[in-house]
Amino acid sequence: MAKRYDAIIVGGGHNGLVAAAYLARAGRQVLVLEQRHLVGGATVTEELYPGFKYSVFSYVVSLLRPEIMRDLSLARHGLEILPLESTFTPLPGGDYLLRGPDHAQNHREIYRHSPRDADVYDEYGRLMAQMAMAVRPILGMAPPNPAAPGWRDLQSLAQLGSHVRSLGGERFHALAKLMTMSAADFLDEWFECEPLKATMSASGIIGTFLGPRSPGSAYVLLHHYMGEIDGAFRAWGFARGGTGAISNAIANSARSFGAEIRTNAAVEQVITKNGRATGVVLAGGEEIQARVVASSLDPKRTFLKLCAPADLPTEFREAIERYKIRGSSGKVNLSLAALPNFTSLPGAGLHLRGSISISPSMDYLEQAFDDAKYGEFSRHPYMDVLIPSLIDPGMAPPGQHVMSCFVQYAPYNLKGGWTDAQRTAFGDTVVNTLCEYAPNLRENILHRQVLSPADIEAVTGLTEGNIFQGELALNQLFFLRPVPGWAQYRTPVRALYQCGSGTHPGGGICGAPGRLAAMEMLRDGL
Amino acid sequence: MLPGTPFHSRTAPLCAAQNWRRWGPCVVAGSYELQPEREYFAVRTSAALFDVSPLYKYAIRGADAARLLNRVITRDVNRCRVGQVFYTPWCDAAGKVLDDGTLQRLGEAVFRLTCAEPNLQWLYANATGLHVDIEDVSEQVAALSLQGPSARAILQQLCASDLSGLRYFHALTTQLGGISVGISRTGYSGDLGYELWCEAAAAPQLWDLIWEAGLPFGMVPAGILALDVARVEAGLLLLDVDYTSARAAAIEARKSSPYELGLGWAVDLRKENFVGRAALALEQTRPAQWRFVGIEVDWLAVEGLFNAAGLAPQVPTQTLRASVPLYLGDEWVGYASSTVWSPITKRYIGLAHLRAPHFATGTGLQMEVTVEHQRRLAAAQVVDLPFYDPPRKRS
Repeated sequence: MAKRYDAIIVGGGHNGLVAAAYLARAGRQVLVLEQRHLVGGATVTEELYPGFKYSVFSYVVSLLRPEIMRDLSLARHGLEILPLESTFTPLPGGDYLLRGPDHAQNHREIYRHSPRDADVYDEYGRLMAQMAMAVRPILGMAPPNPAAPGWRDLQSLAQLGSHVRSLGGERFHALAKLMTMSAADFLDEWFECEPLKATMSASGIIGTFLGPRSPGSAYVLLHHYMGEIDGAFRAWGFARGGTGAISNAIANSARSFGAEIRTNAAVEQVITKNGRATGVVLAGGEEIQARVVASSLDPKRTFLKLCAPADLPTEFREAIERYKIRGSSGKVNLSLAALPNFTSLPGAGLHLRGSISISPSMDYLEQAFDDAKYGEFSRHPYMDVLIPSLIDPGMAPPGQHVMSCFVQYAPYNLKGGWTDAQRTAFGDTVVNTLCEYAPNLRENILHRQVLSPADIEAVTGLTEGNIFQGELALNQLFFLRPVPGWAQYRTPVRALYQCGSGTHPGGGICGAPGRLAAMEMLRDGL
Repeated sequence: MLPGTPFHSRTAPLCAAQNWRRWGPCVVAGSYELQPEREYFAVRTSAALFDVSPLYKYAIRGADAARLLNRVITRDVNRCRVGQVFYTPWCDAAGKVLDDGTLQRLGEAVFRLTCAEPNLQWLYANATGLHVDIEDVSEQVAALSLQGPSARAILQQLCASDLSGLRYFHALTTQLGGISVGISRTGYSGDLGYELWCEAAAAPQLWDLIWEAGLPFGMVPAGILALDVARVEAGLLLLDVDYTSARAAAIEARKSSPYELGLGWAVDLRKENFVGRAALALEQTRPAQWRFVGIEVDWLAVEGLFNAAGLAPQVPTQTLRASVPLYLGDEWVGYASSTVWSPITKRYIGLAHLRAPHFATGTGLQMEVTVEHQRRLAAAQVVDLPFYDPPRKRS
């Protein structure tokens, strides 16, 4: 008789691997099934051209929970996180804004643009760090169900209540503002310098189909602030070897605890018997049995593609159909013969070793969003650009470089669809935009990989190519993620769980959904 | 004013931080940038170029060179083949460590001893009646240390000799762009790395050669603050920080034997008589009173202490060169002499001295942590050294 596992994890992305590692660590027989030839999902490094390694999709790390790194001994399994040092915003008029690791230098630099903002900058940083501390306990808990609370929910709610009380009035009010305002409005209360505001507000739109002036974007700002590295909030890092190194470290950890990982194994269907999940069917027809099945795929893919409609209550199915998961971003990866030379700050230096942000003003970002609202990709897109080979020289041959461009907006539902011609036009727009600031870029491009949201969906399976497996909007967070009543990793199908970014606390290379889901499975007696 | 090193004309323009630190008889860069973080990461991910010229260097030649050294150091010089390098301590007659360093055997009767403190008088004192020539070449010989995973690839471009054949703790003499250079596969980083030795007059030219060759690999110039983090991860001790030279100790209790410093492996009691042998032979028969170990401070405990004060945890990002008390319950059991947050292993680590019987691996302890002006205790554990040991170091 074929082996029956304790748990099958559908999808070998970082959350699936984290869930598997925790279950295996608890002594369970776990099998991870990944459709591609390599693990990682959207957290992969691929050497598409000899010597040039791309973090094809996700490209930086900050949100990965420290407790996961510790529990799974990820450093011992090869994870090395290198710091990103700076944020560089080149401006069209030949000026720039550069923030780096040194406090006094930052003050001097911001002072050049706005003496007032230079003084406020620290105060803002302190408040955001406090806010991140304030929401941190929430990241580590399974959301309570306030509508139909059981004993555990009441306990969690009471804990939350006392936690909120402990924040005090000022911090609580700031938190309430962050939860409800737009990033633009929130930042307007603090700053006047356009490139500073725009660059900061950009973290409020990444991965969402919102503009900086859309209400709710301030929360996403906070979401990106919650990352902590070595106890320091707002620290962003680069995994040595690219983001795939993170997946590999988690996979190695999971294997060390005894988990099995199968690649080239696409799950087509979840098998149920009497309303209970009992296993999966792979493409090709192979059936594998398990006591529980946990899907790390996004909610739409899990419930609308893998589950038979008859297995789900109609209301639930409708709620999943309504779940907002809108692709808004693309990715362009370049191999370069030489470094880009920015007109505003020529030569190599600190400014190239961090995030290069194409976000000169609030209007620029909002106009980029305007195009997307009506089904076009932004003619002048927002970009978060990184040169990973300057941080980890192993990413490219000596003297040459790789460049990662996260590009927004690129709506999934593009007018006329994502044809090859549209993809090329999108890639051209990205290169042209960058060349406005660094004209030598074009002649140094050796290879170019352009990924539209449709491409991201096709390769990773992420619905609409949405990097967070669903909008990080207040109506889809915490006890509402992915849908009300089903935020505790369980589903209407017994023994079927969710463990992806579509569950609390959401997307980014965070791992918390995988860990919390594994805890719930174990709590249910797995 | 203390002089710069032979590389000063090259390092000075690069030292944006103007962070000059004393090292022995010279000043060198503490860090080149205001934040030394990148210089540390270069050691682990690309390559970092250190000016290590302030080391004291002695050329020891002559028919009795090996005999002199065998009288001084605790390891057996006869086991050191030509082209090999020994790391070794040396002791006073009471078997207490005076200094430690590396000994390169450049020829059958030609050695180079490097160390942290002056030892010329000690060498002379032990050379009485021997046919040996001892020359202090500290100022004549300039030294660079190139540490990091790309170190070999960088040097190989310049070097006619095949460096992949140069094993860990071995050395060769070669030409780099017309400069005669000694290359030893050594360093103080616990990573793949080499030290380069040349005539002081050729120093700027050597720096320029390596600079050009290293840039495409992301090499950076690095100061001693970065090296100080790497060496703790590598479990390497530092004179005047992790131990006091028996020569300088104000009280007997501050002296340490090689056994107490985790250097028992470098004491060869089988060889002919050497300074301190009798005392060490006796000590070896007795149970150890102290041991030099690694400790890991429990991050959750530290985080909890700081969170209770409403603060994010604060840990030393540069090596804290201060004695920090260690307890077991109410009992003082030792002290950490170097503590630091290890960026690559994500652990709060320390090099520590523990009293018997509390030094077994896995022993639970508490380390003093100051939180908001108050002394607290955080859980810590004795762990094996080194903390970080990539295969590339030896491969």
